[in-house]
Amino acid sequence: MNTAAVRFKGVSRHYGSVRAVDEVDLSIAEGEFFAMLGPSGSGKTTCLRLIAGFDQPTAGEITIFGEDTRGVPPYKRHVNTVFQDYALFPHMNVLDNVAYGLMIAGMPKAERHKRAEGALELVALPGFGGRKPSELSGGQRQRVALARALINEPRVLLLDEPLGALDLKLREQMQQELKDLQRKLGITFIFVTHDQGEALSMADRVAVFNDGKIVQIGKPEDVYYRPEVPFVADFVGSSNVLPPHVVEKIAGKWTHASVRPEAVSLVDAGLGVDGLHATVHSTAFLGTATRVSLDLDGFSMVALLPKGTRIPETGEQVHVKWSPEDLHLMDTA
Amino acid sequence: MSEHVLETERSGGLRGISDVLWRNPRLVIFLLLAPPALWLGIVYLGSLFALLAQSFYSIDEFSGLIQYEFTLKTYGELFTPANFDIIVRTVVMSASVTIAAAIIAFPIAYFAARYAKGKWKALFYIGVMLPLWSSYLVKVYSWKLILAKEGILNWLFETLHLSWLLNAYLSIPVIGGNSLSVSATGTFLVFLYVWLPFMVLPIQASLERVPPSMLEASGDLGASPQQTFRHVLLPLALPGVIAGSIFTFSLTLGDYIIPQIVGTSRRFIGQAVYAYQGTAGNIPLAAAFAVVPIVIMAFYLWVAKRKGAFDAL
Amino acid sequence: MRSDRAPLGLKIAAGAGLAFMHLPIVLIFVYAFTTEDKSYQWPPPGLTLKWFGVTWNRPDVWEALSLSLRVAAISTAIALVLGTLCAAAVSRTKFFGREAISLMVILPIALPGIITGISLRSAFNLADIPFSFWTIVLGHATFCVVVVYNNAVARFRRTSGSLVEASMDLGADGFQTFRHVILPNIATALLAGGMLAFALSFDEVIVTTFTAGQQQTLPIWMLEELVRPRERPVTNVVAMMVALVTLLPILGAYYLTRGTDTVAGQGK
Repeated sequence: MNTAAVRFKGVSRHYGSVRAVDEVDLSIAEGEFFAMLGPSGSGKTTCLRLIAGFDQPTAGEITIFGEDTRGVPPYKRHVNTVFQDYALFPHMNVLDNVAYGLMIAGMPKAERHKRAEGALELVALPGFGGRKPSELSGGQRQRVALARALINEPRVLLLDEPLGALDLKLREQMQQELKDLQRKLGITFIFVTHDQGEALSMADRVAVFNDGKIVQIGKPEDVYYRPEVPFVADFVGSSNVLPPHVVEKIAGKWTHASVRPEAVSLVDAGLGVDGLHATVHSTAFLGTATRVSLDLDGFSMVALLPKGTRIPETGEQVHVKWSPEDLHLMDTA
Repeated sequence: MSEHVLETERSGGLRGISDVLWRNPRLVIFLLLAPPALWLGIVYLGSLFALLAQSFYSIDEFSGLIQYEFTLKTYGELFTPANFDIIVRTVVMSASVTIAAAIIAFPIAYFAARYAKGKWKALFYIGVMLPLWSSYLVKVYSWKLILAKEGILNWLFETLHLSWLLNAYLSIPVIGGNSLSVSATGTFLVFLYVWLPFMVLPIQASLERVPPSMLEASGDLGASPQQTFRHVLLPLALPGVIAGSIFTFSLTLGDYIIPQIVGTSRRFIGQAVYAYQGTAGNIPLAAAFAVVPIVIMAFYLWVAKRKGAFDAL
Repeated sequence: MRSDRAPLGLKIAAGAGLAFMHLPIVLIFVYAFTTEDKSYQWPPPGLTLKWFGVTWNRPDVWEALSLSLRVAAISTAIALVLGTLCAAAVSRTKFFGREAISLMVILPIALPGIITGISLRSAFNLADIPFSFWTIVLGHATFCVVVVYNNAVARFRRTSGSLVEASMDLGADGFQTFRHVILPNIATALLAGGMLAFALSFDEVIVTTFTAGQQQTLPIWMLEELVRPRERPVTNVVAMMVALVTLLPILGAYYLTRGTDTVAGQGK
């Protein structure tokens, strides 16, 4: 099938003068694990809400499997959502929460409860049906929300920062489980997050949002190693985005360039090696590496030094170096 | 997979109506708001403006009929010594009741907010809610019993051989009188009793919002408990006090039943309004009198809003 | 170090304050049993149950009670509908004039009752509407809306908007969502608001004196007795019964909103 699961054509959503989403074009293939990444207020969640039908675009067209969504309310879209706050119905137990979609569809009680039990097993929560949502931990609620969204067998599953409320360890475990689940079910997952690590590790493709626009779409490696604009370099990779005057000195006509912190090495200034002159501002021990903040002619830069290298003192004069292939050049402003 | 992901066909019945409403969020707001807005707008605001409009008419002194011509004459009448006296008396009474209520309410609210825990907290809460919602007339009635000449208060003074004290107090002009039930003090006590719970709840609400860590921080920085109270707790509780005072002040300002049952023959604004619209048939003057509490409260609310009291409501 | 023990002075002041709020009502319970029928004599010369029987056989008390109950029931029903609609609209979205709507709902209770009363009365006069059962209801429903509104708005705010979206996402249309998600979540708040509105209407006297004409609600009956006492013992018994009866909805409303909305009776 070559129709896209979800396609945006010039989609905008303006609230008065605020352009939450501004002329977005996008195509998500069937079976893809797609991440929408960006800082809060960048328009990624609004895009998700437009797909679900909680909000309607002010301009443009959204199609789901080739069909125009204009005027189709959320309850007529076979697209389901896992909410950021899980949105479990507090007055129902877990089983009734999961079976809600089937109840609305008119399925008899015995059958829908059986199916709900099955869905709870899928998310590794068998036998939790009798509990109230308030009696569950954050991770368990997250799984219930997932089971509830999957029971209607959606063709597209939308996940709005689903792991945001979990602690680090649980989050890493759920990342793996979500990925496995997506492979097993083979349906399209569209995943909104502000955590670049999460987006890069889980998604097949990533769209980076800024100010209501998509600034780059690509595979995680592309977005990470080959940012097309300084924003992506900074936001996705925490890269050092070099200002024009430094770039001009080293690369001529390009306006922007970035270099990843782990690619930066420091050389003792006294050795007379050619390089950029910098002062050590501070250092922070991170376990596997040490982060060194540098002052480069009033412009700050970060180097990530692996275990075993010499760590300079604060205030020390150093030369900053990197291999030419680690310098990533961008010609957009 | 041939199954459609979107149901694009039109639905009938409720689902069809739901579709239309989803496409028109503004229609939903309109439909939700129309009944209450119509009711309150027509029944209530309509009547209110009709009343206010009448305050700009006047009454013909000879025929006693209302003259439907715009005039400020009626408002001028408010400033005749007799009428102005009524306004001053009511405002002074409202202010005294408010201040006394704040003084009595604060310890209750403070204790309930900071020291009462679990069961005690619930008990305190109900202890304030019950008198708040108890029948107004029953509350007034109980004070008629208490203040009666043969009632419990006089009996108490007699039993303690303190009747001379009570008599000395009652001989003071203005606040005294023949007996407590026909004195301004009596009126004051009943007002205080009836409106006190309205002061406790907002103060308690504002005190509950003061995080204990803030008090600890003050103590940590070397403040004595008294200094913490004065410099930290009291300023933070002030919006609650103001919120409570809105109730006690406004309710006292407009009441006409309490001074009618307990108190002297000197009238309050509420009684004046009642008398002018009723037996005297002077609707314009009654309306002008009714504007007085509105203006006072509008000013009061304006000040309160600037002090941030509405968050404590 | 934060001490969890209250200073003695504060304990005494708080206890005395609470006692001041409750003793007068307790007194009414004693007076209902007194044998004295000509004055408010304390201590009561003797105790009797006689007046309960006398009150039971008074048709005027029963008529007033019946009128009050009917007015309260209908006013509460109207207030429930209007208050819930208004709360739903205000908490649902931000729209132009939202503040004005909240103000309009609160105004009938924020302004002194006498102003509401005299406004309605003069409007009835202007429009040539004769006083009736419905003029009383009109007044009561107007100020009862705010109680329901306050309770409902607090609950709507606590109820996450994503619950509604989740329901629609799972295939429920607006009406199904209302029935299966919204209603179960606001039901106790509405019940609490309804009970308080009922208590408010049942007790109201100031507005009612302006809108009732010749009919007597129970509070109007009591007011007459207060101004011109005819049979004190009967008034004592009625006062006690009213105090008892108003206890129930207040406690009920408290238990329904316990632990959820902080102050259910705000803005009475």
